[in-house]
Amino acid sequence: MSAARDEILGNIRRSLRVNGAEAPRRANVDSRLASAPRGVIPQRGQLDRKGRIDLFKQMASAAFASVAIVQSTGEVPAEAARWLRDNNLPATLRKGADLRLAAMPWQETALEISEGRSEGRDLNAISHAFAGVAESGTLIMTSGPENPSTLNFLPDNHIVVLSAGDLDGDYESAFAGVREKFGKGQMPRTVNMITGPSRSADIAQTMLLGAHGPRKLHIVIVDEG
Amino acid sequence: MNEATARGKSVGLMATCLVDLFRPTVGFAAAKLLEDAGCTVDVPSQTCCGQPAYNSGDKAHARALALQMIETFEKYDYVVTPSGSCGGTMIKHYPEMFEGDPELQRRAQRFSAKCFELVSFLTDVMKIEKVASAFPRRVTYHDSCSGLRELGVQAQPRKLLATVQGLELVEMKDSDVCCGFGGTFAVKFGEISGQIVERKTQDIIASEAPVLLAGDLGCLMNMAGRLSRKGREMEVRHVAEVLANMTDEAPPIGEPAGVAR
Amino acid sequence: MSIHANPTTPQFKENAHKALGDPQLQEAMGKLRVGFTAARQMAMAKLPEFEALRDSARDIKNHTLAHLDLYLEAYEKKVTESGGHVHFARTAEEARKAIVDICKARGAKTVTKGKSMVSEEIALNDALQEAGVTPVETDLGEYIIQLRGEIPSHIIAPAVHLTKDQVENDFRRGHTHLPADRDLREPTQLLTEARGILREKFLAADIGITGANFLIAETGTSIIVTNEGNGDLTQILPKCHIVIASIEKITPTLEDVSQLLRVLARSATGQEMSVYTTLSTGPRRPDDVDGPEEYHVVLLDNGRSSMIGTQFQEMLRCIRCGACMNHCPVYHAVGGHAYGWVYPGPMGAVLTPSLIGVEKGGQLPNASTFCGRCESVCPMRIPLPGMMRHWREREFERHLAPAGVRYGLGAWAFFAKRPSLYRAATRVAMHVMGYYARKTGKFHALPLASGWTDWRDFPAPEGETFQAKWKRERTRK
Repeated sequence: MSAARDEILGNIRRSLRVNGAEAPRRANVDSRLASAPRGVIPQRGQLDRKGRIDLFKQMASAAFASVAIVQSTGEVPAEAARWLRDNNLPATLRKGADLRLAAMPWQETALEISEGRSEGRDLNAISHAFAGVAESGTLIMTSGPENPSTLNFLPDNHIVVLSAGDLDGDYESAFAGVREKFGKGQMPRTVNMITGPSRSADIAQTMLLGAHGPRKLHIVIVDEG
Repeated sequence: MNEATARGKSVGLMATCLVDLFRPTVGFAAAKLLEDAGCTVDVPSQTCCGQPAYNSGDKAHARALALQMIETFEKYDYVVTPSGSCGGTMIKHYPEMFEGDPELQRRAQRFSAKCFELVSFLTDVMKIEKVASAFPRRVTYHDSCSGLRELGVQAQPRKLLATVQGLELVEMKDSDVCCGFGGTFAVKFGEISGQIVERKTQDIIASEAPVLLAGDLGCLMNMAGRLSRKGREMEVRHVAEVLANMTDEAPPIGEPAGVAR
Repeated sequence: MSIHANPTTPQFKENAHKALGDPQLQEAMGKLRVGFTAARQMAMAKLPEFEALRDSARDIKNHTLAHLDLYLEAYEKKVTESGGHVHFARTAEEARKAIVDICKARGAKTVTKGKSMVSEEIALNDALQEAGVTPVETDLGEYIIQLRGEIPSHIIAPAVHLTKDQVENDFRRGHTHLPADRDLREPTQLLTEARGILREKFLAADIGITGANFLIAETGTSIIVTNEGNGDLTQILPKCHIVIASIEKITPTLEDVSQLLRVLARSATGQEMSVYTTLSTGPRRPDDVDGPEEYHVVLLDNGRSSMIGTQFQEMLRCIRCGACMNHCPVYHAVGGHAYGWVYPGPMGAVLTPSLIGVEKGGQLPNASTFCGRCESVCPMRIPLPGMMRHWREREFERHLAPAGVRYGLGAWAFFAKRPSLYRAATRVAMHVMGYYARKTGKFHALPLASGWTDWRDFPAPEGETFQAKWKRERTRK
């Protein structure tokens, strides 16, 4: 298919009346890719830590996620157990190998915890978010053995733990964090930006939750102050 | 330009084909409003701005008619038209019609800069705050597309209508949605146009106002035609007729002379 | 032959006539024109920077298109570095072949598919079926129309033309393995049924095919934006993920994509953000426990590179939000299928002639009132009516416009260019028309204007022309 490649690039260059070797054009592209300039950032997310938590909670709730705030990682298992119980869900959880999740006192609850990716049989899963974005109540999830992507989509009910310290005001700040962690120009296999539980309005323009992904999304923000 | 300098300026009144042929009263209403505002109004021999040709892809005829219009009207300080649609053509599209001919394009740009839609000219250039008119009726107002989206005519007619003695403006739902006229579209795609104007008239009727006003005769004829086909008794008029206090001079659009309402 | 290969765009008027007489379609369109417009309005009102973001989004795409060759090279390099494969395809046929070849190489029997308009554009499902591969559409709307053998009627809401009862009937017809007496009265029951059936398909598929909303040059990433999560299950469960995307989807950086994401969902559904925005880069990494082992991107040109540098270049800014059709009075009246091919509404009226030729697609840019509402809501500030006019100009130059229109315009222009003749002729004509309608003030029928008078009366002229009356009154004074 390299003939196709050459013809397409050649056609674009003919249309643009360039040959592709012009130094100023190359410099434009190189500098944009290198410096990744930021554009218009909505004012609404430019808040202090407390303000970002409040806004995140407000926006995620508007997208039909539920949000709880706890003061320490030690409280997460109890909160997860409470939420499952309150929603009449079985006391099971599937999780990945995330060390932060592993360090939590799951033994203090009656939850039955299993580990690994989802094969499609798990009702409930818990993941740890890479970051959150306050401006739209969006979770940023990165793939890997710690938090397999299948857990974000196959289980009916998804609990996501988010450290308040990882809560950014805007997408650009969250992507800067991804860049810092994985390297400039590098990405994990999958980054999921998740805003609320799955939904569809494809039947008669009626919005219904739980189309193919989770029917319920519960976010536990750990705010250690 | 402020009021002091604008007063006494010469205005070439571009009546539009539809007003010229179908509703001279709108032309007289426009002239009266302009004269009341202190302008000297002239009506030179005129035909069409070229919009039907331009919108049909016939650039040669569109340019010929645009040039004829420029030649006729460029001698005036201002060119004013009681239509957002013809106004939009002269203001927004004349310069682009002459792309590739820098000299004519500059001339078209100079011309476009002095062209205005009637009601916005009165408020924005002549700084008219109120009109001397009485019309003790409930009216609803349709925002014609070109005036609204090409020229930003929305607040101006409402501002002046608010000063008409006894008039009460009742907003219809979706007053900014197209009535389905679209010039030659109304004939070329009559069935679709008919459906769009049917929806429009449902919103008009739902406003419960007995009078419908707008700033473009094409839209008005379309909506009046549909209302009358549905058997709805409704008084349909160009906004200039009401602002100029000339509603006694002609029956509503689509009604025979001598019908009292 | 499917409609993909055999567009009915030349029969737009006949299609429209059928659509206008379809009560179920009219019910659905009535909902659409209220729901989508109100949702967008509310989302805009909540974000004061929205207009500035539209400018920013437009500028990003303009910059990218001006450097598209270089960004494509940069993107290709990053995809390859991350272990993926890029296939360039000049035509729909080359794109189909690239995908079918991957399927054959992997011995694939079934593929799941996320919603992709480019897949529709290249009629991918037909090609897969011919090659013995079963394609399963997994977006709920796409799944419904696949059951019906239709094409999408809307670029983000493929089944928006259907009522709940129609979907129920389709499910009963398509899911014969389920009890015939099951209760499907509620939309949630339909959703649950589809979820169950498609869940099996996701887990069993050999290959997942998605489109892409954006491709990031900085990282070699493809992005899909969905609400259901079907696109994600499509791409993380099978062993192979194929992305089919057109070349103008390239965006330089993550920061640039952030700008575009802020206008996309708000313009489309009025959401602050769609539920799932997923960034995929290459195949799974050595220590990953899920994700595809193979990752391919098929980059389609199909005439787009030739749009650059023409009057239609700006159309390549389109991010497929659907706002133009959500706000279009013509789309509201006739729905998407009347347009007769893959892309409906104002964006389709501009794009379709570029892709299938103005001889076949020329009706579409004519079917507009030029009300300008599409341009006023387009997040990318694409001058859609202006480009429709350019198509009309090309048609006119090539003598493709109907003879009646040409003669009518010619006759009008003949008089309009001769003011004294015009005044004399119109003076008589208006006098005669006014006389005939003196008792009613209107005409119920007019020769040569049945397009008008079939649907509404034609208001009569006052009788004397303005210019004649002005001359008479003002000279007398």
